Amino acid sequence: MLARRILTRLLTTLVTLLGVSIVVFVVIRVVPGNPIAMMLPPGATPADIERLNALYGFDRSILAQYFIWLGGVVQGDFGTSIQTRQPVLGLVLGRLPATLELAIMALVIAVVIGGFLALTGTRLRGTATEGAIDVGNGMALSVPVFLWGLVLILLFGVLWPVFNISGRISPHLVQEFHTRFFLFESVLRLRFDLWLDLMRHMLMPALALAIPLAAIIGQLLKQSLKETMHLDYVTLARTKGYGENHVIVREALRNAILPTLTLIGVQFTFLIGGTVIIERLFSYEGLGNMAIDAVINRDLPLIQGIVIIFALLFTVINLIVDMLYTVLNPRLRHG
Amino acid sequence: MSAYLSIRNLSAVLKGAPKGTPRLLRSVSLDVAAGEVRGLVGESGAGKSMIGKAVLGILPRAVQVIEGEIWLDGVDLLRMTPSERRRRIGASAALIPQDPMTALNPSRRIGPQITDRLVDILGWTRADAEARARELLDEVRIPDPARVMRSYPHELSGGMRQRVLIASAFAAEPKMIVADEPTTALDVTVQKQILRLIAQMQARHGTALLFVTHDLGVVSKVCDTLSVLYAGKVVEDTRVRDFFAAPGHAYSAALLAATPKYTDPDAGLNPVPAAVIEAVQAEVAAAEAAWRKGGAHG
Amino acid sequence: MVDARGMVRRRLGLRLWLSGGWLVLLALAALLAPWIAPHNPLEQDLFTSRLPPFWMAGAEPGYWLGTDSLGRDVLSRIIHGARVALIVALIAGTATMLIGATLGLIAGYYRGWADMVISRLIDIWMAFPPVLFAILLIAVLGTGLTSVIIAIVVIDWTRFARVVRAEAMAQGAMDYVASAQVAGQRRLGIMLREILPNVLPTIGVLLTLEMGIAVIVEAILSFVNLSISSDDPTWGGMIAEGRTALHRSWWVLVFPLIALFLTVLSFSQLGEGLKDRFDPVLR
Repeated sequence: MLARRILTRLLTTLVTLLGVSIVVFVVIRVVPGNPIAMMLPPGATPADIERLNALYGFDRSILAQYFIWLGGVVQGDFGTSIQTRQPVLGLVLGRLPATLELAIMALVIAVVIGGFLALTGTRLRGTATEGAIDVGNGMALSVPVFLWGLVLILLFGVLWPVFNISGRISPHLVQEFHTRFFLFESVLRLRFDLWLDLMRHMLMPALALAIPLAAIIGQLLKQSLKETMHLDYVTLARTKGYGENHVIVREALRNAILPTLTLIGVQFTFLIGGTVIIERLFSYEGLGNMAIDAVINRDLPLIQGIVIIFALLFTVINLIVDMLYTVLNPRLRHG
Repeated sequence: MSAYLSIRNLSAVLKGAPKGTPRLLRSVSLDVAAGEVRGLVGESGAGKSMIGKAVLGILPRAVQVIEGEIWLDGVDLLRMTPSERRRRIGASAALIPQDPMTALNPSRRIGPQITDRLVDILGWTRADAEARARELLDEVRIPDPARVMRSYPHELSGGMRQRVLIASAFAAEPKMIVADEPTTALDVTVQKQILRLIAQMQARHGTALLFVTHDLGVVSKVCDTLSVLYAGKVVEDTRVRDFFAAPGHAYSAALLAATPKYTDPDAGLNPVPAAVIEAVQAEVAAAEAAWRKGGAHG
Repeated sequence: MVDARGMVRRRLGLRLWLSGGWLVLLALAALLAPWIAPHNPLEQDLFTSRLPPFWMAGAEPGYWLGTDSLGRDVLSRIIHGARVALIVALIAGTATMLIGATLGLIAGYYRGWADMVISRLIDIWMAFPPVLFAILLIAVLGTGLTSVIIAIVVIDWTRFARVVRAEAMAQGAMDYVASAQVAGQRRLGIMLREILPNVLPTIGVLLTLEMGIAVIVEAILSFVNLSISSDDPTWGGMIAEGRTALHRSWWVLVFPLIALFLTVLSFSQLGEGLKDRFDPVLR
């Protein structure tokens, strides 16, 4: 039962990824315009054109070209960046940790703030505080991360400049790290000086990314909590002598959290999508910032690679959330 | 005060309702002595469940008690702070809920749902609490208690769940249990077993039991005393034996006549006559007017 | 029952008026831009560069919201920028709606292979980061207003398709559709006459939201300098410029940001307001 479910999900994931690869390929190759001309950096020589033609097999049919490209991708060969002349995969993997850390930090912030809002709103349901939380959530949801980023830059970069609003870390500290996962590494090595510098840079972009998701979590979790609070087993727990806080956290939360969890899965991919513009806004050296540079420089192999990696990330996250949902729901697990 | 539970003049209203709206509970008074089973009967909406909820401190937020006393084991619950009241109730009273399908937390195993009160509120050790839970599950005739304690609610049938809930109610050896229509949600075949089980457990543990039901047949089998409720007002308070011999109130008599008799399926249904309803409504209205005049809450 | 929450909410009942008011104001500004803008938005004057807004020391009369580093009037550029924002909102929003809602309706009502294909496409689209997708499309299509509009339609049709598909499926399962079928109506007729009217409120709400999204996507594209030509005033372009000179002339960033903020908020609040009022499904 469970194995079958997982297998089906894996298959659809594969189909989706295949579809993504086709769409990327088609967008870049079939749209009007000479692909070679588009791939050329300014000042290319005829020899360059020759080389590119051979490299991508442009003399063959579109279908053959696709399979050549796909074959490479499957083997981890995403081609060579036109701008830097380095393998795309290496470039992408070099930037991925920065984006992942930013996204995970934003997720944590969103869950903490959203969870706090939901629990507070449930605890104080029917009061003006709950109304204020509702209104705040509605506002936070209406405004996209791009604007939240700008607002935070103004507030904490200009009006009250306590945070850095540019970059991932102070440049002179980069050589202190052995891996690309700066944040994790600083925590594991207990280098809180590095951690502090990272946080001063990352907190604002992460918060900008987190605000809409926090509002969604706050809204949905509060709604399911409030529905759960009316159920008989919650009432029964009250007669056992438990107070409101305990009842909310132990009896209601676990049952109310499932819809929120599914939603967080979908929303987390949206959040990662948001990193593209937020990284640009905060000059944060991640995948999204590199993608925009690649587009401006017309570095199409690099763009292809980044888009594929993002799609892979998205589908894998959806897969994980689906599995998590199955594990956390005892009825599904035993059903 | 000899009674274990003693409700005096309890009145409740809907919060925020305009002045002059009838009360939900109208100066309700009743006693349950230690070891006594008191039936609380009435049509749906008469407020019988609400009395049970008031005793256990789980009235809905929309309901507000405006006067009265609820004495449980010599203290007035309504004069306590909410957290004191909660602990007091948790330690000395328990609920057998109406619907076993919804009264167990679906995401928690059975064992902790029985032992949590013993450990968290009464301070038992986990081992003691688990031993006690196994003992009780055995007592309510659940086979393989150890396995059931590790199960999730959805793995048990409705009857089994109600047994678990009964065991859980008796676990802390409370002196007072409120059973809120504990058999209505069950299959007819299971109803009898559960009813017998509750009666046995009550007798063995000597618990005071407030048995909320709309079924006079159940009352005749389980209860010692009986309060009949109409529109939030107690219209009759009597011993069960006397009641079935000769109901003291016209409304009670009509209610009794309306109860289908399994022994005589051909007897047909006798709805409560309109004249009786009118009479009891007039009586309630008069009492309401008198209460208002009394100036308690004008 | 007295619910303090409801009172807080009701006090915001005027949000429909406020957001509608701002959008009408904006539309007027866009229409009348050449006549009401105090200056030519493209006019550069290095002698009046980086003038602060009117209440600050050093402000010049006539330049109400100050000037940017090239001496262009911020207020005039915001007014002219409203044109781009609203054109994109209207055209991209409507086109996205037409394509997305049509596909969603077909998938949700006809089911079968059409649904299979469309649902799979939606899955694939959901695996793209939208901003990156839009930027990629612009890179391929070249900059310009048409490219921006095409990019928005291509990345965002799924928003309509997803919701309308689910909605059409729900409506298709209802008795009134079955009775129309029994009455011998053709499938296409049922879809257009029975299903579509019931889905329309939902589509209307989504359209309002989509317009806000279109405005923000255009701003993001201008911000990364991939929207229309960089001379023409756009809010996103002004924000990008303001971002680089944040500490010397914050007003170049702040005023277009406020305009953008209010516009996006108005569109979404309008959508939310319409949802509360007309749409039992999304509510």
